Amino acid sequence: MVKKKSIIDEKGIERALTRIAHEIIEKNRGAEDIILLGIPTRGVHIAKRLRDILKSIENINLPVGSLDATLYRDDIGMKHDQPILKETDIPVPIDNKKIIIVDDVLFTGRTIRAAMNVIMDFGRPSSIHLAVLIDRGHRELPIRPDYVGKNVPTSTQETIKVHLKETDGIDEVVVGTDNEA
Amino acid sequence: MKRLLIKGGRVIDPASGIDGIFNVYAVGGKIAAVKPHVQTPDSGPQSDDWDIIDAAGLIVCPGFIDMHTHLREPGYEYKETIQTGTMAAAAGGFTSVACMANTNPVNDNASVTRYILKKAAEEAVVKVFPVGAISKELKGEMLAEIGELKEAGCVAISDDGRPVISSALMRLALEYAKPFGLLVISHSEDIGLAADGVMNEGLISTKLGLKGIPNAKEDIMVARDIALAELTGARLHIAHISTKGAVELVRNAKQRGVNVTAEVTPHHFTLTDEAVVGYNTNTKMNPPLRTKDDIDAIKIGLQDGTIDAVVTDHAPQSIDEKDVEFDNAANGIVGLETALPLLLRLVSEGVISLSALIEKLSANPAKLLRLGGKGKLRVGADADITVIDLNKEWVVDAKNLKSKSRNTPFDGWKMKGRVVKTIVRGKVVYEW
Amino acid sequence: MRLKRKDILTIEDLDRDEIGLILSTAESFKEVSDREIKKVPTLRGRTIINLFYEASTRTRTSFEIAAKRMSADAINISASSSSVVKGETLKDTAKNLEAMNPDCIVLRHPSSGTPQILSRLLRCSVINAGDGAHEHPSQALLDLLTVKQRFGKINGLKVAIVGDIAHSRVARSNIYGFIKLGARVSVAGPPTMMPSGIDKMGCGVCYNVEDAILDADVIMMLRIQLERQNGCLFPTAREYSRLFGLDSKKLEKAKKDVVILHPGPINRGIEISSDVADGEYSLILNQVKNGVAVRMALFYLLLGGSRE
Ligand SMILES: [Zn+2]
Repeated sequence: MVKKKSIIDEKGIERALTRIAHEIIEKNRGAEDIILLGIPTRGVHIAKRLRDILKSIENINLPVGSLDATLYRDDIGMKHDQPILKETDIPVPIDNKKIIIVDDVLFTGRTIRAAMNVIMDFGRPSSIHLAVLIDRGHRELPIRPDYVGKNVPTSTQETIKVHLKETDGIDEVVVGTDNEA
Repeated sequence: MKRLLIKGGRVIDPASGIDGIFNVYAVGGKIAAVKPHVQTPDSGPQSDDWDIIDAAGLIVCPGFIDMHTHLREPGYEYKETIQTGTMAAAAGGFTSVACMANTNPVNDNASVTRYILKKAAEEAVVKVFPVGAISKELKGEMLAEIGELKEAGCVAISDDGRPVISSALMRLALEYAKPFGLLVISHSEDIGLAADGVMNEGLISTKLGLKGIPNAKEDIMVARDIALAELTGARLHIAHISTKGAVELVRNAKQRGVNVTAEVTPHHFTLTDEAVVGYNTNTKMNPPLRTKDDIDAIKIGLQDGTIDAVVTDHAPQSIDEKDVEFDNAANGIVGLETALPLLLRLVSEGVISLSALIEKLSANPAKLLRLGGKGKLRVGADADITVIDLNKEWVVDAKNLKSKSRNTPFDGWKMKGRVVKTIVRGKVVYEW
Repeated sequence: MRLKRKDILTIEDLDRDEIGLILSTAESFKEVSDREIKKVPTLRGRTIINLFYEASTRTRTSFEIAAKRMSADAINISASSSSVVKGETLKDTAKNLEAMNPDCIVLRHPSSGTPQILSRLLRCSVINAGDGAHEHPSQALLDLLTVKQRFGKINGLKVAIVGDIAHSRVARSNIYGFIKLGARVSVAGPPTMMPSGIDKMGCGVCYNVEDAILDADVIMMLRIQLERQNGCLFPTAREYSRLFGLDSKKLEKAKKDVVILHPGPINRGIEISSDVADGEYSLILNQVKNGVAVRMALFYLLLGGSRE
């Protein structure tokens, strides 16, 4: 049986991202030297939306890149199917910059661990922060987000999916109990 | 005195034109009588006087004669010995084998022939007829001592394994062998045309990236040898014919009255070069597996009598010689134990009759090698008899071959028809 | 997603989707080679053995760099330094290597089919790095990637492969690869260099280089093996170069956006003139760069998944 429930709608996502944008400005005292690096695929789109919001607030055009951490994962060789590689595109030098990793859902933290290793291979940023739309808990590593759109406590059997207009034609967050994910 | 009665089988003896239900009586290793089978209980001899084989539903025919076997002894006993090779022969229904001269030392003088015959007398399960070399050490330079080879017991001469490259020497061999009545068996290939070829040349060799051997390599030499047979009037026999062109050359020569005969192996009309895909080194042999066109021509050649005999070219090779790169693998396959079921496919396909097949396995080789008393079930002939169950189904298992070697491409093949008894001079030497 | 196979032995075996997966994966790997730190930890702890029975610095180095950029341990064994010369059989060598539990063996061998034979003997993955005149799959994949980057597609392109087709594993793999992805392939060279039945492999055959390159989008020049010249496949290097080599004069008649590939190493002035090899149409250095990415992709796709 597949049961799905939409828990956040378009408006909710917009509000969450706007709040994250304000928190970014607050915490960094402006938006200078920030680079937004999204985890493909939806993390990149969220990073681009954050850039647009930050531009409208601060009138600054932040660089956005994508960060595929597949090659740095610690579970390659444990899963039967290895993930399809996606693009890593870091458009500007990152030394002494403030990196914000952007992803849609934070779960075990392993992807973020791998993403930080990728960043380390590209240079030495002055800081790395983490922004996620949803934090669903169940961390397996000592990682915590700096900016959270919404905390959604879940059981491990549940799935949580962020749908975005860019990829799915609709903005919403869905909780389900199927095994599709 | 040993007495054997083979009762109620379908006796096929092409030499005497017999095909029907008969009883075959053998006494003292010779055929004593072939009498119509009568279904009355007391018409036959009493069982305590005779060993009786009930052959009802089975084929009883003259023992097969393989004109082309490599027994490998002396010199290559790790591949095969006279003992294991003749055990394999018996399991395939062969009561006589002619063994090729490419041993070590080469059978190019009477002492080697006598050694082979002595070993055969001690250990062989079936009758062994040595084939002597044409040239000393198979080098193609000087004639072997052909006269003494004949005296010692050789039934033919051949440098098989390699061709006689010099036309002059081949001419000498044909001329010299003539008064001895020896058949000259030619392994026909023009080496220089494709010296490093390892399979048939064509689309498959191109796809596999293996060096090819064009049909012309065989055709050229067959044409030359026929011309020399015509020149000398000697008896020429083309070994393991594999190409359409060679079949046509032999057919035309026969029509002109040239003294030429030919043989073919089961694998050369069972498999094509497509069998090489996957690089199974047990598909590597010389001549190579050819194409469907060639197979069709060979089948017609069998039908119209262009091809006189079927032989195995049984060529045992050890695992270490086959379990290597395709280029480096030794040529040849073992054939004695798989020949009959492959040949019976020709009968079920309607290519030739069962009787014609048996003729090419018995009467014809006996005639070509002039083996008196072999290849027929006439009174007074040697009681060499093969009993066949045409319907027996079985699976080839290379591990269980009687041969010392395992190099067969037919491992795992489902076969129909099998030899159930092989009798040499009235004695059962193999039973299924 | 993964390649559902243990080995990469031929392009003939691969289907369109598999080739597509390898190329798109390789595309992602190209970026790694441009980084400051050209290394990812993906295959940490995996062992790759480069077993080369033929000298080939270029291919071996490319596989070695690919393995190292993936953090695998790469060990090179060449025929001259191994026990091969002491008469150890292929089977013995294979079994001995396997006892050391490698994850992948990259094999270059002068006898066609040897990777197939080896793969049947071994549990680990086998990548064919060129066998006899049979196939050289990683070369064809890097050629496909190079052409795809330039034209954005393979489908519909016309590819001319020029030279000793009969003895070329590069030609065979590329014939399969380009045809599978929808290109039209023709081969050209003297008839002595055309293998029997080549016309039945789905490509056009022509004996005149000018005709072959006239409407080609891609010209692939094959290396002429001068050392094979005892076989006398052509009268002299001079005549070959004049009739069958690619120079700027012959190139005048080609398409304006034509690209030229060569698997290397080049015989300058024989099959290709220096000005063409170094000129604006040449993608020879792109090929070399893509070689590393393609080989990283092969390692990733073969070794990245679980091993049951
Ligand atoms: Zn022969």
